[in-house]
Amino acid sequence: MTTQTDAPRPPHQVLDGADIARVITRIAHEIVERAKGADDVVLLGIHTRGVHLARRLHARLTQITGREIPLGTLDITMYRDDLRLKPARALEHTEIPAGGIDGKLVILIDDVLFSGRTIRAALDALGDIGRPRAVQLAVLVDRGHRELPIRADYVGKNLPTSLREAVQVRLSDADGMDAVLVGDRDYAARSSQALAAPTLPE
Amino acid sequence: MMRHLVSAADLSRDDALLILDTAEELAQLSGRAVKKLPTLRGRTVVNLFFEDSTRTKTSFEVAEKRLSADVINFAAKGSSVAKGESLKDTALTLQAMGADAVVIRHHASGAPARLAQSDWLHGSVINAGDGTHEHPTQALLDAFTMRRHLNPGLGNDLAGRRITIVGDVLHSRVARSNVLLLQTLGAHVTFVAPPTLLPIGIKNWPCEVSYDLDAALAKTDALMMLRVQRERMNAAFFPTEREYSRRYGLHAGRLAKLPEHAIVMHPGPMVRGMEITAEVADSPRCTVVEQVANGVSIRMAVLYLLLGGAVFTDSPAEAARTETRTETNEAAQ
Amino acid sequence: MTSYLIRNAQLLGGPAQDIHIADGVIREIGTGLAIEADVDIDAHGLIALPGLVDLHTHLREPGREDAETVLTGTQAAAKGGYTAVHAMANTFPVADTAGVVEQVWRLGQASGYCDVQPVGAVTVGLEGKKLAELGAMHDSAAGVRVFSDDGKCVDDAVIMRRALEYVKAFDGVVAQHAQEPRLTEGAQMNEGQVSGELGLGGWPAVAEEAIIARDVLLAAHVGSRLHVCHVSTAGSVELIRWAKAKGWDVTAEVTPHHLLLTDELVRSYDPVYKVNPPLRTAEDVHALREALADGTIDAVATDHAPHPAEDKDCEWAAAAMGMVGLETALSVVQQAMVETGLLNWEGVADRMSHRPARIGRLSGHGRPVSVGEPANLVLFDPAYRGTVNPDSFATRSRNTPYRGLDLPGRVHATFLRGAATVLAGELVEPGELA
Repeated sequence: MTTQTDAPRPPHQVLDGADIARVITRIAHEIVERAKGADDVVLLGIHTRGVHLARRLHARLTQITGREIPLGTLDITMYRDDLRLKPARALEHTEIPAGGIDGKLVILIDDVLFSGRTIRAALDALGDIGRPRAVQLAVLVDRGHRELPIRADYVGKNLPTSLREAVQVRLSDADGMDAVLVGDRDYAARSSQALAAPTLPE
Repeated sequence: MMRHLVSAADLSRDDALLILDTAEELAQLSGRAVKKLPTLRGRTVVNLFFEDSTRTKTSFEVAEKRLSADVINFAAKGSSVAKGESLKDTALTLQAMGADAVVIRHHASGAPARLAQSDWLHGSVINAGDGTHEHPTQALLDAFTMRRHLNPGLGNDLAGRRITIVGDVLHSRVARSNVLLLQTLGAHVTFVAPPTLLPIGIKNWPCEVSYDLDAALAKTDALMMLRVQRERMNAAFFPTEREYSRRYGLHAGRLAKLPEHAIVMHPGPMVRGMEITAEVADSPRCTVVEQVANGVSIRMAVLYLLLGGAVFTDSPAEAARTETRTETNEAAQ
Repeated sequence: MTSYLIRNAQLLGGPAQDIHIADGVIREIGTGLAIEADVDIDAHGLIALPGLVDLHTHLREPGREDAETVLTGTQAAAKGGYTAVHAMANTFPVADTAGVVEQVWRLGQASGYCDVQPVGAVTVGLEGKKLAELGAMHDSAAGVRVFSDDGKCVDDAVIMRRALEYVKAFDGVVAQHAQEPRLTEGAQMNEGQVSGELGLGGWPAVAEEAIIARDVLLAAHVGSRLHVCHVSTAGSVELIRWAKAKGWDVTAEVTPHHLLLTDELVRSYDPVYKVNPPLRTAEDVHALREALADGTIDAVATDHAPHPAEDKDCEWAAAAMGMVGLETALSVVQQAMVETGLLNWEGVADRMSHRPARIGRLSGHGRPVSVGEPANLVLFDPAYRGTVNPDSFATRSRNTPYRGLDLPGRVHATFLRGAATVLAGELVEPGELA
């Protein structure tokens, strides 16, 4: 419970645009290395920001390998375990690459790994779509506080947080800028404008 | 979204587009090996059919099962309903069984509205056709089919598209739901029928009315033929089947007068030889089979949007509170 | 017998006067009467009207005692300010013989709350085929003068002609339920904009008007008296106005609900609004009010039609047609006619008491409120404002379209030949009716 005197902290930036670009490049190299050339890799971005990250990762992987890596998107709404806590929401587009995922190495991409419930839903969705050889997970930020036995294979940044904090990933494709911010949850709730403010405390 | 779907008039443009867009997404499912989603696991949907309707019931049932709902088929025939049980007692029974939604087909206009307004049951009421009143999911699947052909793309409506609906408008719940929904989506509707098969007061409906099918063909983007029951002949709505076909039936000659891009629709079941010739019914421009497939996607979308989320008991404030919490959670992830 | 001194009542809405009632008659009327009476009633602000007479009441007994009995129906009538009601013939068995009308008449006598004048069926079993024994019903203790197949139309022109002619022998009248049956097969509501949208079978105005047109011509041709039940359309009003202008002996009634409600209410699909004839449009309501005001329509008649809950607690098509109306009639008339300035209280007395009594040939009712007349009176509080609560009704049924509606006015007291049937808005206990 927040008291009057204990005012919520405004968000501060932990990654900037250049950091994010570096992280994506590093993950791309890790994938090529661990997946032995990424021959059978299929990238699947989880809506919303995972899709944007997946596109960037895809561009970088294409650059590195000189090949077109299959890229798709995954909407996990219908598999969520918290559907009944909120009004039914509009669905996002799920697009599975033409070659499918059977026998492939599917790499799921999301922005923040937190409770692990989103990834659980994504794994369920994958199971209904096909049978990959293996599934791996790449995230921009791992903020801890897992509620399920799930871990990421590729992590941009491990970010220890408290449950009171909110992690905001902002990507130019959706938000007009690249940044990762950490602030108080209550602050985020009370002042979404503060998060969108162009001048950020360094 | 509202809690019930009783009339196409209940749908705002945004509601309608949300349903169409959701259905577009769900349509992909039919191409997958596992055509099933876990979304409505543990929810009970009752198909309460007081009238025989194999196709509508099957369509709803497929939609419900693809969303993993527990499906109960409560056919009025052969049940206590046939022995004189009232709609109220049937509803109370379903409530006691824990129905989260009731899909109702009833021969009496207004029966779903009555269920939705009553305190007999608390679940969502979905109108699967009531008397000569409405059939909103049919209108939605028709609009979905039209959009795919005439203005494809998520978020698109049917602005400016010209829809001609031909036949027994007087007794047609499909016509009523369609004119309401098409109006909401910006389309222009023209009804074509003999004057005997148009309701009194239609001049105030958001549509044009014509008695001349041939005159309407050239300015039509989608032509919907309504079923004409042979019994109507005996009630002097028109003299003979032959005369009806000649004046209001769709045959190859009339098909040729439609613009190149125009589609021919029919809510089914078709009465071949009456309102449509076999040749036209089997032509590639006829979307009847496609409409059936689209029906499943539309009904899944409606079921998901009515039942998939939290159930709010008419309290917008409560909904808004939860909405805020949701955003916070997402920010936290 | 208890005597009453009613102080400061506004006689027919006029200046305040005292009314002394004793031995069943009005003994004295004046200001500041110094008379000893058993009971003094402070009627300050209340309107005194002659006891109301209903030409059209369904008491349901015999046969449908689950909906209403003569006792509960007459109690409802008393609470509504009525001192006489005409009990319609569509009971089980149908009131088409001297035996049945006498039974109803005796039940009314036994009730003591309101006089019951049975209406006899025009045709056997209301089937429209064969004349019932109209003369025998007239000659019975019930002394029937009004005949009606209400609920059904005497649609056969020859039968109608014969009935009109035949009842002349004993100054009878045929009260026609004007509904062309073929035009109303499967009809569920007024045919118009709303029926088209709701997909409910339409009940065209012409189905009523065609029969009225035919019947006024028939009545003129054979020189008989015709009464038209529950007129509901502007077109019907025009026809009756025309017939009256011709000097033909035609009278007509309108129900309270047709003076207030329209078919827009059907959009709710709530069967409480299902009634025969159906609720019509606002233009019809307007025409009916005008016609009642100018006397084209002679009387307000309730068409009180009680139905048990299960007959309304269902989908529209399965529901029974009809509304209860005895206990709300005067309030509805106040709202629709008095507060709109169309009718004053004298006019209300004329349309709800004098004229209906004259049409029914009830000699003891609808009399002027003057010394020596039978003390059939109602004290009405026009300033009262309340919400209609069917649970407080005396009728056995609850199918009122006014539930939860704010209606003006309330019956304070009703006297039937000097005996109070209602006092302070409450029914007098059966044992104390004296």
